[in-house]
Amino acid sequence: MTTTRTKQANDRWNWLWEWANPVKFMSLSARALPWVTAITVVTLVVGLVWGFFFTPEAAKFGSSVKIIYVHVPSAMMAINIWVMMLVASLIWLVRRHHVSALAAKAAALVGVVMTVIALITGAIWGEPMWGTYWAWDPRLTSFLVLFLFYLGYMALWAAIEDPDTAADLTSVLAIVGSVFALLSRYAVNFWNQGLHQGASLSLDAEENVSDVYWQPLVICLVGFVALFVLLLLVRTRTEVRKRRVHALEMRERMSDA
Amino acid sequence: MIALLMRDLRLSVRAGGGFGLGLAFFLIVTVLVPFGVGPEAEILARIAPGILWVGALLACLLSLDRIFQLDFEDGSLDLLATAPVPMEGAVAIKALAHWLVTGLPLTLAAPLFGGLMSMQAPGHWWMFVTLLLGTPALSMIGAFGAALTVGLKRGGLLLSLLVLPLYVPTLIFGAEAAARGMAGLANSTPLLMVAGITAGSVALLPFAAAAALRINLR
Repeated sequence: MTTTRTKQANDRWNWLWEWANPVKFMSLSARALPWVTAITVVTLVVGLVWGFFFTPEAAKFGSSVKIIYVHVPSAMMAINIWVMMLVASLIWLVRRHHVSALAAKAAALVGVVMTVIALITGAIWGEPMWGTYWAWDPRLTSFLVLFLFYLGYMALWAAIEDPDTAADLTSVLAIVGSVFALLSRYAVNFWNQGLHQGASLSLDAEENVSDVYWQPLVICLVGFVALFVLLLLVRTRTEVRKRRVHALEMRERMSDA
Repeated sequence: MIALLMRDLRLSVRAGGGFGLGLAFFLIVTVLVPFGVGPEAEILARIAPGILWVGALLACLLSLDRIFQLDFEDGSLDLLATAPVPMEGAVAIKALAHWLVTGLPLTLAAPLFGGLMSMQAPGHWWMFVTLLLGTPALSMIGAFGAALTVGLKRGGLLLSLLVLPLYVPTLIFGAEAAARGMAGLANSTPLLMVAGITAGSVALLPFAAAAALRINLR
């Protein structure tokens, strides 16, 4: 008994697992929320205002270039949120921390919204630039597929009544889905090359933009990450509270019976 | 395990629905496409591999919920879970049974239906080969999806929403291999990828599906 306790005390990652305790999570996140909110507001306002109003218009693109301040960060977050869901699912399956499962659930909606934002801003940008809202370009297609994966994941969460079963099954789906999502990414690359050789429509923004655009973009990226953390904390807190309400209701029903 | 395979095969042949239905659906899809697209032979021949692959995939999807649902309802899935056969093995066998009654007939019929789509000579052969390599993956991925949704009342629609994104890589490589083969181009890369997806699915997905079943039976 004592050995396990000392082992736990010596665990280098203890600070992380503290968050897994719902009570600790609620108090820690309550303390973190104002800071995260402040960082989000400051970085997003500075980044977006700088990006939208104080950068020169690009020669080839006109003012449409400014959409990258929304498009690139949302696209980055869409992928990273899925990775975060995968990690949270693994933690749930291995260590059975409820907060982890709830965080994965809470992240899914943010992720799907980011995917939609990336797709829509991409379409708005694509119309004047490529002359079409939609093309079956590898990048566009893999984002559409990612969107479908998010939909399936959320639908499975919504369909199962028992919360622990839902957490288990969605975790398994997240793991298998990640493998297939990655596979789809490469399959789509291959498929499009097979259709039109070399005619790549995608603009690799990070290599093409100069410093003038790069600096506000980095601030926007930070802002979107902070926004995600903020939304994640708020939504996870909501989920934890929903769990508590549910538990209280069950207890009441038990005492009535 | 062989007894389980025989039982599943017998059930699917005698209980009606599963065996012929997928094949008939595949035929109807193949007949409907020319009505929608028009009867020009060149256009049909060009889209034939894609249409046949999508048709086979949808026909496969039709019968997925039968893999575990009926056994779950009458309790034989609980017996299977407590049987000495490991759950992973049972899942693999049930996916194999599904493939034998859906994937294999579709594979055999596809070259024939290719005639309806004015497919040219090497195309039939490549249709057969790609479907033979690809349909086992469809059955195995489908069995995983069916295992996830087995406890749900109206799992059918959700099952397709979960499984169809997982089918994307198989479909892309399979249809690409068939199309390239038909056009006389080198198609060993997509062909190997289809075979790789099938091998990977058959090797790994039984574990995921068995885990999902255990959670659902808990």
